[in-house]
Amino acid sequence: MNTEQAAIASVTDRVRPVEIGAPVTSAYFLKERAAFVCGEEKVALVSQQSEITNVEVHGGGILCAVSDGERIVTGGDDGKVVALDAKGEVAVLATDPKRRWIDNVAVHNDGTIAWSAGKTAYVKSPKGEEKSLEVPSTVGGLAFAPKGLRLAIAHYNGATLWFPNMAATAEFLPWAGSHLAVMFSPDNKFLVTAMHEPALHGWRLADNRHMRMTGYPGRVKSMSWSADGKFLATSGADAVIMWPFASKDGPMGKEPAMLAPMQARVAAVACHPKQGVLAAGYSDGTILMVRLEDGAEILVRRNATPAVSALAWNAKGTLLAFADEEGNAGLLEL
Amino acid sequence: MAETTSEKIPVTVLTGYLGAGKTTLLNRILSENHGKKYAVIVNEFGEIGIDNDLIIGADEEVFEMNNGCICCTVRGDLVRIMEGLMKRRGKFDAIIVETTGLADPAPVAQTFFVDEDVQKNARLDAVVTVADAKWLSDRLKDAPEAKNQIAFADVIVINKTDLVSKGELSEVEARIRGINPYAKLHRTERCAVALSDVLERGAFDLDRILDIEPDFLEPGDDHDHDHHHHDDHDHHHHDHDHGHGLKHYHDEEMQSLALRSDKPLDPMLFMPWLQNLVQAEGQKILRSKGILAFAGDDDRYVFQGVHMMLEGDHQRKWKDGEKRESRVVFIGRELPEELIRAGFESCIVS
Repeated sequence: MNTEQAAIASVTDRVRPVEIGAPVTSAYFLKERAAFVCGEEKVALVSQQSEITNVEVHGGGILCAVSDGERIVTGGDDGKVVALDAKGEVAVLATDPKRRWIDNVAVHNDGTIAWSAGKTAYVKSPKGEEKSLEVPSTVGGLAFAPKGLRLAIAHYNGATLWFPNMAATAEFLPWAGSHLAVMFSPDNKFLVTAMHEPALHGWRLADNRHMRMTGYPGRVKSMSWSADGKFLATSGADAVIMWPFASKDGPMGKEPAMLAPMQARVAAVACHPKQGVLAAGYSDGTILMVRLEDGAEILVRRNATPAVSALAWNAKGTLLAFADEEGNAGLLEL
Repeated sequence: MAETTSEKIPVTVLTGYLGAGKTTLLNRILSENHGKKYAVIVNEFGEIGIDNDLIIGADEEVFEMNNGCICCTVRGDLVRIMEGLMKRRGKFDAIIVETTGLADPAPVAQTFFVDEDVQKNARLDAVVTVADAKWLSDRLKDAPEAKNQIAFADVIVINKTDLVSKGELSEVEARIRGINPYAKLHRTERCAVALSDVLERGAFDLDRILDIEPDFLEPGDDHDHDHHHHDDHDHHHHDHDHGHGLKHYHDEEMQSLALRSDKPLDPMLFMPWLQNLVQAEGQKILRSKGILAFAGDDDRYVFQGVHMMLEGDHQRKWKDGEKRESRVVFIGRELPEELIRAGFESCIVS
């Protein structure tokens, strides 16, 4: 424990450790059970009493995962799109006929799901109606808009906005470079992509004006909107980089705020669903809870462990789940 | 680098012009009883005759990086595939990337230099090029891709030697040597080459840059090696015979340039010069490699590069009695020889 951490409040003694036994790549909550998505084959469901139930979802690597709180949808290198619900039941939603890798998945709040294999993005309505759109290069990321059935597809040299239920041609938002993860702002006004180089790119959807968000030492792999939607918290630097989205111009011409600087790179961020607090996980295994208002920090987990790979809050914001690259996980009840 | 190379998964890049026999070599690698498991990234499914759940189809998407460097291209699909494969670490020992016959190997190689995550988990082992003994000479004339693949290679498998005469074979070898005298050459029929000759070569491993000498096929071939360094090369005679049975060609477009100095180099002059050179001429320079003796430094310094990307490190102490000689090799297209020579000379401590 270094001096930097010694000075701050700690809740490390309240964490209940959980051994997942395999590398974890993301975490979610299904009702009050924490769900740890592993690098291959399984999702580990962990109850508040720390009972672990392993559920096999793919016959191979799990390449992507997303959750709407009701179920976790995953894509695998077995060419399958799979849903896991809170009861622990698994349903295969789609199978790629050529058994191509399912690189990305997204879920809409009306139950529609989206996935991609290669250059093609697919949507499937709750009734089972399937549609697809091919973009110019491999899909880097998928996200549904918070309103209406609109899918953002990130790819090389830009992003495509597609209304699957409308005949109109998809809208293309150009920007040179390779775009990976994609997100809409909760107010539906901005689209943000994490690029292959260490930068974010954003478009204001009203007029497609560009927002360049650069200066990261490493690629941004984790992004999370604050509960009030005013900030986008991101990984990729040795502090949590917070881009301001409160004004109509978003972060255009503004400097980001930096929270919780450490001697290690931020690897994962998760904003609290109700309050102005976030959890940040670092490349040295440290986890902090940080108050957005004044940057006050609480230590959740000490350093000198593998990099944090997953962080998740339950919907009420009373439980925090975390895991690292080697499957050491934990639950914190607040 | 904090991590040792042994923890990283070795990646072999398999290139070769259309029909040269890449798939034959790949099938041979996969079917041999070596007890190893390979993840194979291919362009065409179905050509591999081996059942393996770790065969991944690629789209060969070449992306430019947004860093102002025009030759800084990477394989976008490979970045994604590597990320997915890393979730299955432990299920395979090595990765083989097969490129299409018309592909430039540089973006594949550069992916392993540029991408932080890829670099953390994998290391480029070697670029292996399969060449068609019968048709390569023709392709070198009309297909720039074929020439790139030869120039870029660490290992060249001259395949289908049974379809050519001895004379034709030495002709094609000389053509290859005219472009790339440093790659290891293997003559094969149906790609029957020892796997140890194409895999686990460590060609990009700084610790294994032991020597930079041209490779020769004939054992006991002890002719003057200096003619490969173009020191007193007559550019007007492109196919002269050195009188030892091995024809020597000079390729007008693609060539290698070797520099050496017995006197130590000034690191304060050499490093900026090298950086500037690859910045300015990086599009022309395909590969570079060097072992350097710096003034006042008891360690050997080694570097290697692909186009504009360089990596270098102190390798080890110079041994007692070891000749402290600096040697640098460039392989590239229309290299500005005089400019490079003059620049190198100016870095020698006088």
